[in-house]
Amino acid sequence: MVSGGILCAIGLVAVIGPWISPNEYLTADFNNILRSPALADGHVFGTDDLGRDLFVRTMMGVQVTFAVAIVASVVSLVIGVLYGATAGFVGGRVDAVMMRLVDTLYAMPFIFFVILLLVVFERNFLLIFVAIGAINWLDMARIVRGQTLSLREREFVQAAQLLGVSTPKIILRHIAPNLIGVVIVYVTLTIPQAILIESFLSFLGLGVQEPQTSLGKLVNDGTDQMEGSAWLLLIPATLLAVILLCFNFLGDGMRDLFDSRRSE
Amino acid sequence: MSLLEVRDLSIRYGDTAVVSGLSFSVSSGESVGLVGESGSGKTQTALAIMGLLPGNAVVGGSIAFDGREIVGATERQLDRLRAERIGMVFQDPMQALNPYIPIGKQLRRVLLRHGINDGRKADQRVMHMLDRVGLPDPARQFRAYAHQLSGGMRQRVMIASALIADPDLLIADEPTTALDVTVQAQILELLERIREETALLLITHDLGIIAGHCEKLLVIDNGRLAEAGPTRKLFSEPQSAHTRKLIDAAPRLDGVTRPAPAPAERVLDTEAVSVSYAERSAELHAVLDLDLQLMAGETVAVVGESGSGKSSFVRAVLGLIPMRAGRVTFLGKDIAGPAKARAVEIRRDLQLVFQDPAGSLNPQLRIESIIAEPLSVHAPELDAGGRRERVADALQRVGLDEQLLTRFPHQLSGGQAQRAAIARALIVNPKVLVCDEAVAALDGSVRAQILDLLRREQEATGLAIVFISHDLAVVRSISHRVMVLYLGRLVELADCAAMFARPRHPYTRALLDAVPVPDPLAPGGKLSLGGEMPSIINPPPGCAFHPRCRFALPRCRIEPPRARQVGDARVACHRAEELEL
Repeated sequence: MVSGGILCAIGLVAVIGPWISPNEYLTADFNNILRSPALADGHVFGTDDLGRDLFVRTMMGVQVTFAVAIVASVVSLVIGVLYGATAGFVGGRVDAVMMRLVDTLYAMPFIFFVILLLVVFERNFLLIFVAIGAINWLDMARIVRGQTLSLREREFVQAAQLLGVSTPKIILRHIAPNLIGVVIVYVTLTIPQAILIESFLSFLGLGVQEPQTSLGKLVNDGTDQMEGSAWLLLIPATLLAVILLCFNFLGDGMRDLFDSRRSE
Repeated sequence: MSLLEVRDLSIRYGDTAVVSGLSFSVSSGESVGLVGESGSGKTQTALAIMGLLPGNAVVGGSIAFDGREIVGATERQLDRLRAERIGMVFQDPMQALNPYIPIGKQLRRVLLRHGINDGRKADQRVMHMLDRVGLPDPARQFRAYAHQLSGGMRQRVMIASALIADPDLLIADEPTTALDVTVQAQILELLERIREETALLLITHDLGIIAGHCEKLLVIDNGRLAEAGPTRKLFSEPQSAHTRKLIDAAPRLDGVTRPAPAPAERVLDTEAVSVSYAERSAELHAVLDLDLQLMAGETVAVVGESGSGKSSFVRAVLGLIPMRAGRVTFLGKDIAGPAKARAVEIRRDLQLVFQDPAGSLNPQLRIESIIAEPLSVHAPELDAGGRRERVADALQRVGLDEQLLTRFPHQLSGGQAQRAAIARALIVNPKVLVCDEAVAALDGSVRAQILDLLRREQEATGLAIVFISHDLAVVRSISHRVMVLYLGRLVELADCAAMFARPRHPYTRALLDAVPVPDPLAPGGKLSLGGEMPSIINPPPGCAFHPRCRFALPRCRIEPPRARQVGDARVACHRAEELEL
């Protein structure tokens, strides 16, 4: 609950902050290069080596980070759960083919995969998220498949089969809801992972491009200025850590909420 | 002075009291039965005596063992008490044994922890104990893992492990609930034998077990002592209403059987049904050549120990597992083949109720959607109102309150959950209902209610019921005909009354003898059958039952008996005509 609150607050500030702040994220203020944080002149978080306001840039970064987290995890969630549950439930040859496909994709080097995507569809803000999600669903599919294999043997699934409920309906109605515990836990692991991958890609120049920014990129930039202007590293890094931690706690809370047995 | 003195024991979790004001004592050498329905606090009491309650339990009162106080004792003090002074046997031996350590080693650890430091001496003691609890070939079993043993053997190992440090008191918590009746009789006999050296606190929900094996009886109801006294007196003149209720609810082998149903059309007909599994190159027969005719309005019970193929048989008939050979006809139509390939109406007409109500209801759905689910397949034309009407009707038939509709399965008691599962099966008005051990997991009184419900439903609608059970006592009150299976083969098929009056097959006789009866003067639970059912991997040649049969002739070892009509029963035994069982 608290985590959810903090995340909402951060998100809200991230959206509203840039609007109300007197500074623009693009505007270089050459009079105020590398100013340390101070309330007085409006640069709450200070400025960077080009004199850009760090508060606004951080908030832009949070927006990007949230977007990455949400898009990537939704992509991996939807594909992974449906794919894994189908493979696990149908079983037999279908399962074998579907899972070997996953293995094949696993074997592809991730960077190669992303570069390939970027070459085929030009550089696109959204594409990066989709790419991250498309990588993460592989793990999700495997985990979900394993769970489904054991759920399939449960009597309520057999009961539904005997009643003549169709296979897609059994997967959606009986298998998927019972996967929530595992899936939520895994999503909370995926989100930080996605955020980290995004900052890694940005660092390589394959991700978010200047002048746009993300928390990961800010942290990377901050590392260069670490000795003279520690705030450039500390502020985005702290925020990143808080966000990751909150997502983890939120995951725990969500699992309790969705699992009917724990909800009382 | 008594060995164990429990005074005014209370156990609370938060605001919920599970045990309150419970007082009793056990003297050395005495055997005391603690009886109650599930949720009455009997296991909690046992755990309190062992000092094994979880940290959030609030314990009040006093438990003195041999003058020493257990409530509030430190872990170190408790540690000395456990095993050396008090041994415990749990309900499920599979969960109580470590699957990764050979059983001999597990038992030796107990010894090394409690005094015997010499490894060789410890091994000898372990061997001796394994031998004492009746494990064949102890030297070999010493190195066996838990999963390599049968349920009965595992429970023997548990008893050996509880007794190995020579305790003064043995607490057995439902030690036979997970076992077949014949194996149960063997374990009870074993407990009887070890009584010479230790006092016994036997916890169970089954009065039949207590009747033959305990001198003193404690009946608890909702965490309070309902009645206590000598077993015979409690049975002959029960003082509390709760005791009487328990006695009345216990299944008995006397009492009335159901009158034969009115002649009706034949709904289900199976001919020479076989089920087999391919294992490497061999073919393992789980079910071999079973014939069964089921009439409308009739209940046929399918009885046998675990591994007898009773579940495989009905599952094959329902099309849940593939059949190797045979024909299944439903109302004259050939329906052999997987359930998926059957017409929707036929699938509607054949419904199944599982053993474990909690497992057969989706934990994430509310009761209303669970019960209504069959309608989405079999009556998709219904609108929301019509569906609600049907659900309400089904609820009323099974005697469930409408308030429960918005609950989740885990919020229901076992009996309520099983009623919901029955409602789900009945909502589409099937012609045949298969109950796979549908009351095995339920308490006596709840079981009686469910059986009653099935009988009423049958009389009202002409439903045909196939009732699978390992317990002949339960079968007696519900079925018209009984089919006994052994290793997938027919043993005996007869009218219920006739079979109970005069069993024709030695195996049927043994099953009847093994049923514990709630009567201290004639307690039943007799051990007339040693050993355990062989595995289908290696079926005995000739008559499958001959290795355990007291009446086996040389011929039985070679020639499998054919099922034939003897008197009013169909029996597969070479000596069916001559034996007086």
